[in-house]
Amino acid sequence: MSEAVSALKGESHVGFATVTEAGVTGMITLRADLAATATRIALAGQGLKLPGAREIVAGDKGRFTGWMSPDELLVICAYEDAPAVAAGLAKSLHLEHALVTNVSDARARFTISGAKADQVLTKLCPVDFATLKAGEMRRTRAAQVAAAIWRSGPEELSLVCFRSVAGYVMGILEVSSRQGGELF
Amino acid sequence: MLTLTCPCCGVTVEETELAPGGEAHLKRFGPGSTDAEFETYMFARKNPKGVHFERWRHAYGCGKWFLAARCTVSWEVFGTYPAQTTEPPAELIAKIKEKRPGWEGWK
Repeated sequence: MSEAVSALKGESHVGFATVTEAGVTGMITLRADLAATATRIALAGQGLKLPGAREIVAGDKGRFTGWMSPDELLVICAYEDAPAVAAGLAKSLHLEHALVTNVSDARARFTISGAKADQVLTKLCPVDFATLKAGEMRRTRAAQVAAAIWRSGPEELSLVCFRSVAGYVMGILEVSSRQGGELF
Repeated sequence: MLTLTCPCCGVTVEETELAPGGEAHLKRFGPGSTDAEFETYMFARKNPKGVHFERWRHAYGCGKWFLAARCTVSWEVFGTYPAQTTEPPAELIAKIKEKRPGWEGWK
């Protein structure tokens, strides 16, 4: 087997906040009727919960389910588990009008941590971070590319974007988090 | 800066997260229509000074299309509503009529 490598191999920069490429992460796109009982059962079978609109909820084994749009969810799990979780979801939804795809290798995940982590993203995203609650999934843009952001811990934000733009996102995060660039 | 609330995901976003889709509530004239009808459908667009109904797509968010009513002069947003409608909701029309008494209607 070839070794799985993340987009930037865990590159990290320390400024007034620490920005890190979070390494390989299992991500699965699920498109289905989110109101259907079958969807809820399929998620429960993998230890996942169904999030409400714009929520990200924790399930078992450190897995998360994020709400991406009225018919789309993003499942986040361990990289090694992703193929099995995707297969499990696809199996239980095979009679439904649904799509399950393992997108782990098509995405990159970053963490921005520190007491002033919000300010790194305030400069890049048209989002009022003062009103971004814990457990809220916010899809937006980071400078010129699409991204999804949520609070993944105290003083820590996570950002996912397409792998093809990982270098660009690391660049803007690094510049935005440089020492002396704090907003307040 | 134009700020709209996406009715699909409920988040209030500003213009740069959205993609404009032009005038809303167009009636399509396809095969079988007259040349004049097709030309009107294809090219003629309202350009009002005042109330305008528009299509927008929440491009950087949930990716869904929705419709919005706003004033092209003051940029006041009267409301947004799902795209799965053939005409603006009655309460939105009432609200606009209250705010713009001289408004000639959406058609």
